[in-house]
Amino acid sequence: MKLSFLLNGDRVELERISPQMTLLDYLRIDRGLTGTKEGCNEGDCGACTVMVRDGTGRKALNACILLMPQLHGKEVTTVEGLSAPDGALHPVQQAMVDHHGSQCGFCTPGIVMSLATAHATGEKDYDSVLAGNLCRCTGYAPIIRAAQAAAGGDVPGHLAPVDLPDSAAEDDLTGGAAAVIDSADALADWCLAHPDGRLIGGATDVGLWVTKRLDDLGPVAFVGRAGDMRQITMTPQCTKIGAAVTITELTRAMIPLHPDLSAMLSRFGSVQVRNAATIGGNIANGSPIGDAPPALIALGATLQLRRGAERRTIPLEDFFLDYGKQDRAPGEFVEAVIVPRQPDRLACYKISKRFDQDISALCGCFNVQVSEGRVTSARIAFGGMAGIPKRAAAVEAALTGKPWNDETIAAAWGAWDQDFNPMSDMRASAAYRLETARNMLVRYYLEDLGAKTRVREVSA
Amino acid sequence: MSVTQSLPHDSATLHVTGRANYVDDIPAPPGALHLAFGLSEVAKGRILSMDLAAVRAAPGVVDVLTAPDLPFANDVSPSAHDEPLLSDGTVHYLGQPLFLVVATSHLAARKAARLGKVEIAAETPILTIEEAMAANSRFEEGPRIYEKGDAAAAIAAAPHVVEGTMEIGGQEHFYLEGQAAMAQAQDDGGMVVWSSTQHPTEIQHKVAEALGQPMHGVKVEMRRMGGGFGGKESQGNALAVACAVVSARTGRACRMRYDRDDDMVVTGKRHDFRITYRAGFDGRGQIAGVEFLQLARCGWAQDLSLPVADRAMLHADNAYDLPACRIESHRLKTNTQSATAFRGFGGPQGMVGIERVVDHIAHVLGVDPLEVRRVNYYADMLDDTAEGGLSAPRPGDAGTPPESLSGQMKPAADAHQDLASRGAVGAVAPGGVPAAPSGAQTTPYGMAVEDFVLNGLTDRLLETSDYAARRAAVTAWNDSQPILKRGLAMTPVKFGISFTLTHLNQAGALVHVYQDGSVSMNHGGTEMGQGLNRKVQQVAAQVFGISSDVVRITATDTTKVPNTSATAASSGSDLNGMAVQAACETIRDRMAGIIGQLHQVPAAEVIFRGGEVIAGAEAMSFADAAKLAYENRVSLSSTGYYRTPEVAWDRIAGKGRPFYYFAYGAAVTEVVIDTLSGEYRILRTDILHDAGRSLNPAIDIGQIEGGYVQGAGWLTTEELVWDDKGRLRTHAPSTYKIPACGDRPDIFRVDLWDRPNRAATVHRSKAVGEPPFMLGISAFLALSDAIAACGTGYPALDAPATPERVLAAVMRVRDGV
Repeated sequence: MKLSFLLNGDRVELERISPQMTLLDYLRIDRGLTGTKEGCNEGDCGACTVMVRDGTGRKALNACILLMPQLHGKEVTTVEGLSAPDGALHPVQQAMVDHHGSQCGFCTPGIVMSLATAHATGEKDYDSVLAGNLCRCTGYAPIIRAAQAAAGGDVPGHLAPVDLPDSAAEDDLTGGAAAVIDSADALADWCLAHPDGRLIGGATDVGLWVTKRLDDLGPVAFVGRAGDMRQITMTPQCTKIGAAVTITELTRAMIPLHPDLSAMLSRFGSVQVRNAATIGGNIANGSPIGDAPPALIALGATLQLRRGAERRTIPLEDFFLDYGKQDRAPGEFVEAVIVPRQPDRLACYKISKRFDQDISALCGCFNVQVSEGRVTSARIAFGGMAGIPKRAAAVEAALTGKPWNDETIAAAWGAWDQDFNPMSDMRASAAYRLETARNMLVRYYLEDLGAKTRVREVSA
Repeated sequence: MSVTQSLPHDSATLHVTGRANYVDDIPAPPGALHLAFGLSEVAKGRILSMDLAAVRAAPGVVDVLTAPDLPFANDVSPSAHDEPLLSDGTVHYLGQPLFLVVATSHLAARKAARLGKVEIAAETPILTIEEAMAANSRFEEGPRIYEKGDAAAAIAAAPHVVEGTMEIGGQEHFYLEGQAAMAQAQDDGGMVVWSSTQHPTEIQHKVAEALGQPMHGVKVEMRRMGGGFGGKESQGNALAVACAVVSARTGRACRMRYDRDDDMVVTGKRHDFRITYRAGFDGRGQIAGVEFLQLARCGWAQDLSLPVADRAMLHADNAYDLPACRIESHRLKTNTQSATAFRGFGGPQGMVGIERVVDHIAHVLGVDPLEVRRVNYYADMLDDTAEGGLSAPRPGDAGTPPESLSGQMKPAADAHQDLASRGAVGAVAPGGVPAAPSGAQTTPYGMAVEDFVLNGLTDRLLETSDYAARRAAVTAWNDSQPILKRGLAMTPVKFGISFTLTHLNQAGALVHVYQDGSVSMNHGGTEMGQGLNRKVQQVAAQVFGISSDVVRITATDTTKVPNTSATAASSGSDLNGMAVQAACETIRDRMAGIIGQLHQVPAAEVIFRGGEVIAGAEAMSFADAAKLAYENRVSLSSTGYYRTPEVAWDRIAGKGRPFYYFAYGAAVTEVVIDTLSGEYRILRTDILHDAGRSLNPAIDIGQIEGGYVQGAGWLTTEELVWDDKGRLRTHAPSTYKIPACGDRPDIFRVDLWDRPNRAATVHRSKAVGEPPFMLGISAFLALSDAIAACGTGYPALDAPATPERVLAAVMRVRDGV
């Protein structure tokens, strides 16, 4: 029973490795591959970015919060493996030199790995590609010039895809209570056997419990390879999203259905985080500031929970009972989320100090259906306004059945106070949260009338 | 020409391949130990007991130290000896190191450090500026005051007066490489330290003190930092001292790095300020007099706060000729992290103060702030004969101390005085400092402004940025758009170049030419990403007429060049470039001497160019020339030394010439704000910046682009939040938001005002590290401009202008306040 993966082209097999070991520590401490840097140890700076290839392609990931069992059956390329064996620089490396893209150089390996991944996949939205790579020296301008100069060329031959190692599921991968799961059924069994066990999707949150809280996780199951939980199934009635679907995959899938949800999700963490994080994780950890739940609640989504062979489906908002408390029994897990098909009226407004890669101060999602000038239904849900993702029930009531006009918006003003009594913290004050929540309804209405209200829609 | 070429950073290829080693990448010897501090969870109090049994029992722990275990000085302060490495029983801030864990791995040390049971009799901490003022909690005996003329009388006589108060937040450095050090005790009792530091001599000094050794017992080596920005001028002392003490105790190599959260909780940041102002002016906006009250929150220890607060006072005029001015500065002691150096070193805060005043005046008069700026500018000193002009070097300048300065140094009070730190007590000339020539335009501290260029520079920038047309477009947009408002602002920078502690304005170098013609270069400066080594390498290559790749850059090393000053105050290439140039010229002249002699050509006519040495009709390769010199027993090694001329400053009186020259620049920034949420975006930035005759335009433009974005970040999204217990709530990049890629201006145009420095600097270049940081003020005032379009009131925007503050200002302006 071994953990198998490729590292810069070489096959690595590991036995009895702690399931809590991060790829970053493995590279730097066990392998002496110090090109990959630790900048923050929490997935926010990107200095540790590596390229990981699996059956779905190449992606940039943060090595600092990537736990070793997540690599099973995959290929890892670090900055040391990016140049050709003869030392020839990768096109993005050469462009970074030519365009003065490095100053102190500490963020550079991560930048180069993000750009090399984009170079391979053809992605050219560099603000998005690099949203998870902080640079404190350059102001980013020369890095963008380098990225543009390197775009379009061939991927160097030494990076051509090779066969990935065999990667059968391992129920005792690490010599302890750590399993790499490959199906929902297997997960159901594991959860029954480990009712207090911890499920890990992308580890973008649990990773910080390891690197920051220094927790001992106890029994863990890695669900990222459970193929049947990675499916998005569309029928005329609904879209069923498996819990292990990554945010990147969900973002892409939502473009035709709810483009504003897709746009909001493209500000969820960074590329590296979205490539790892799963929708199931974003829901199941019960965070009051997760961005997906308010949008899904506004869409009337339901949650499919499973314990053993038993399944139950509940409205998503009912899953969140209280701060840190969810409606999930021991041994039960989130298997899928189901979104009913509907005309797209969804708008998502995420407010944070920084546009990209910031945790929401608040996130409001509006789904107001209007027919013949009247509101026929209103589903409005918020993150960051309470201890749980929460619907604005009083506001919804104040709108429903009313004419869709200025007076109705104004008349709903007082309802906001009934719905929310937000807190003040380092992200925003209570007053600001309430004020901007109210203004979101104004924005939703104005946008419905065709007004431009978002700063991203303006250019010099 | 080697100088003026846009060569890439010397380590660019190493950076992009991951082969560039930083301190934590250096392979440690077998058996290396890892250290972590146990930190205080309260902001103020007395330690009643420390139960560290669980720490000692934790897996991997080798040893645990508390203050009594330290063999000699328990002090890592760069100034007032008020900063114990480990608490001496009193606790001064939340995050203060209390005990030191020694373990077999970084993770084991971190885990164990959380297991201490420390009982502290908590006291009420002094956290805010109000609390410190109320308690008279301060450094220095009282406020420092610099004055020119009678500001109060000038304001009283002026037709118009504005007054106000502004909060200016601090800033976390967020160098991507956190603080790190490694130490290895030597067989002879010496200590070798690798430290990510801007100030190897300071590390050497503090380590020597902690080991009870003379400075020669400690060697500090520093090849590169992953960013510094001032945060590694003094804040690395604790890690280096801890590693050295434990290495001396155990004989094993010790290494230490702060996890990012610890780094942010333990180390100092930019000083936050509150600035209150009152200005009198006429109908054109010309300022008759202005008063500033600057309240600086310095944190728990003195560190470098006095010179930081001084520099804020020294930039209270920025680019404006103020006939009467009074600046009162209070340096407040609080139970928070000890605020420290950060790019600009107080200058940015002082400059924001006067820019706010100008903006406020323009609002009162209903004119574009640009007009008020130009009315108040110092006059340009038009002089096209810059070289050999005003500040040309005088013969003999390099070798002997100027008469007026000799003998004025105070003798070291004791062996532990920290002479090489900016926190040191400055010498004051007994006969006072030289006065500015009569009739000269002078700063509020009496220095003649003899190199002003901003009138011409502004004209050109307004033209290239198409300012007038864009101002009209912004106005038209704002008249028609209800939700999104645009703003435009032009702000100038005049930044003084030199250490204000005059004796730090010196540098040394060591250059070897080997018999094969290869050159090894060493100097006292440190590389933190700014391209110093490349620039200095270009200077060396220029002297020898060789390609810069013949000159090898070596790690900064206190055994090669002693008594270095911090790489700070933008001084790196000015000082070290000159020192290296002097060393190279010494060797070159010796080579010219022997080669001229062998070929019967006067030494002065031997030419070093294009990789060749030419003596009359004879030409040989530089390598052959080196071989020839060696064979003729000519020394091919030399030190070099440089001391900045003309500076003399009395920081108590606030008089003299603290700066050799000024660096200038200006920026035009356009923004758009969302009046429903306060969110905003920078749309376009145009910059024209004065780097003198640039040694390397690509590197200088990199400093300008990066400095602008960092400065804009300081005033916009970078918000430090402490709670009422004194706990820093924004202690990781998840909560503290430096600019991301998408935050840079959509359109970002940077040009150099490429004219030689009037002062006789290295190849007439200008320092460029700090000045562009303050160009970011234009982003802040563009936000203010956009907010002002929402109503009749003055925005009175505080910094950082988070979306929340912008929205609050929009609402104020609408209320017409």
